[in-house]
Amino acid sequence: MSEHAMNFMPSEGFRARAKAVVNNPFLRQSFRGAMDFLIDKRISQFPDPEELESLRTLGEHIRQYNLDKLPELLLRLEENLTRNGFKVHWAETPDEANAIILGICQRHSAKLMIKGKSMVSEEIELNHAAEAAGIGALESDMGEYIVQLAGEKPSHIIMPAIHKTKEEIATLFHEKVPGVDYTDNVDALIQIGRKVLREKFLEADIGLSGVNFAVAETGTLCLVENEGNGRMSTTVPPVHIAITGIEKIVEKLEHVPPLLSLLTRSATGQNISTYFNMISSPRKPGEKDGPQEVHLVLLDNGRSQAYADEQLRKTLQCIRCGACMNHCPVYTRIGGHAYGTTYPGPIGKIISPHLLGLEATKTMATASSLCGACGEVCPVKIPIPELLMRLREESFSEPHVNPAMRGQGAGYSRLMTGVWKAWAGIYRNPALYATWTWLASRFNWLTPANQGAWTSVRTPLKPAPRRLRDLLRERV
Amino acid sequence: MNTRDRILAKLKAATPAGNRPVPDVAAWFAGHRPVETGSEKAVRFRRLIELAHAEVVAVNAENWVKKLEEILHAKGLTELLVAPGTEHGRQAMNELPAAGIACKGYEQAIESWKDEMFRQTPASLTTARAAIAETGTLVLWPDADEPRLMSLVPPVHLVLLDAGNIYNTFYEAMQSESWKDGMPTNALLISGPSKTADIQVTLAYGAHGPKELIVLLMGEAA
Repeated sequence: MSEHAMNFMPSEGFRARAKAVVNNPFLRQSFRGAMDFLIDKRISQFPDPEELESLRTLGEHIRQYNLDKLPELLLRLEENLTRNGFKVHWAETPDEANAIILGICQRHSAKLMIKGKSMVSEEIELNHAAEAAGIGALESDMGEYIVQLAGEKPSHIIMPAIHKTKEEIATLFHEKVPGVDYTDNVDALIQIGRKVLREKFLEADIGLSGVNFAVAETGTLCLVENEGNGRMSTTVPPVHIAITGIEKIVEKLEHVPPLLSLLTRSATGQNISTYFNMISSPRKPGEKDGPQEVHLVLLDNGRSQAYADEQLRKTLQCIRCGACMNHCPVYTRIGGHAYGTTYPGPIGKIISPHLLGLEATKTMATASSLCGACGEVCPVKIPIPELLMRLREESFSEPHVNPAMRGQGAGYSRLMTGVWKAWAGIYRNPALYATWTWLASRFNWLTPANQGAWTSVRTPLKPAPRRLRDLLRERV
Repeated sequence: MNTRDRILAKLKAATPAGNRPVPDVAAWFAGHRPVETGSEKAVRFRRLIELAHAEVVAVNAENWVKKLEEILHAKGLTELLVAPGTEHGRQAMNELPAAGIACKGYEQAIESWKDEMFRQTPASLTTARAAIAETGTLVLWPDADEPRLMSLVPPVHLVLLDAGNIYNTFYEAMQSESWKDGMPTNALLISGPSKTADIQVTLAYGAHGPKELIVLLMGEAA
């Protein structure tokens, strides 16, 4: 498990990956088209701005209220789930989570685990860990299945295969699925996936899923989906393992309807998803189907670090709708893979530094124009631009004791900080400022012609020969 | 300290005072969602679930088996999975075979007939406990008589819904029926046949679950 998420250095190679996408007109067109489609679908679901605003305020309130009580709610969830017959496990790191899941698989001598869509399982790189342990892990969400067949990772948290054209998928199926002729008819492609995966649902020993909301008062796991693979994964195999981050918890069942409405409308512009699956126990005596055993793995993986800081805690309000990505001009240009993290786009930039540490993600927060679109569309009002500013500060400030984040100061450069300090000093002092501008205008011939990124597409910057104050003085 | 206690200790050390007021979900719904009459709810429910590609057929207590038979004939289906432990299941089992439709009861635990369920079960009939007008949604509470896979594996799923059981919103449904005091093993909201837009955001039906969802709306002429 050496190539674990923990060891990724997403900040390395970011520019090269981004550039490759920007230079690929097909990819750019796919992302632009898909994001425009999702933006339009979302707005069609929110015709009344007052309704949207008040629902977002309620959603934010619900998430903050529940985060305030997080430790207490986790204990209640554990108690109620256990009473209902679940087995609850806790994991601090991806390695621990994988060990728990693979341990369960091994106890059941499992050969095949079929997976419903779970970004947390991507976060812990479960598929790699399972493979290394000799257990098959097969994705069953159509998008995830396509991405897995191609040996890639999801490029969007809601639409994993958004970067692929139907022709590419047609070729992929033709090459990788035995006995399949080339067809780029989308219905036919989906039916191929359905046929292959139905056999696997029959065969699988373990079903794995994520969780959208965990309800503490009833001990219920809620899953949102359209395809039915989530229901298959949680109903057909004899054992169901769910995995979730510790933050996805609500105290009361009545907290679910507003969040569900915000989630599906913001994510795909649907008033509700096709299925909303609420699971509160394994198969009871007398029931004829459903898993005999249900497990929940609660994963920390850096979330408790975000929790410890009042501002950073807001990161954990997220309900993973992906609207911030859909509306992000940077994401739309460079796609999900350029980020190099499980969670791309604006939410990726604010959550990944907690999961991976700032050493690995020190420049992520700078891949933003701070246009603010992400914050404006966020259904639970996470102030993403503010958090990006905060993360830049954490990355580039001088290392100090008791930092709020692992890797604080990883991007610190004495020279850069010194230059900015001098700049600030000069601009705060009128005499210094006058001297500085006098020098700059008289010695403007010293400015270099090559000014790095600026001159790659622009003419060089050069101070004017006469300052504004010189011109004004002459006019008088 | 074990992992659990370590995580909890970290969180507890940082837990805020917690004087935030309790979110008033009831007030939001009261202010933002219309309360409609029975027939208005039935109309809205029907319109929305049809938009999601489901078929709705109006029936009544006398003719529903006949209508069911017509639908199955029109679709060329000669086999139906039913729940023999339920009133509607028994009625279908009693009446449909005479019309040339073989009824199979879900009598055994799935382990003994999983293959048959997946390969030789073209259609199923279940009831819906309730429905939601706001989103065009069916509420199913599978149980020992009418198990979970009935509404998932067969490619055609027929659902009997009493129009008197349509709520305005999901919130109203869970509050009116006090769900929090006794959740079943599995409760489901179903709002159309299975679908996906994972290939180039092109909508395709019949991804993993039923390809067709047919609602027999009983009572109210919607």
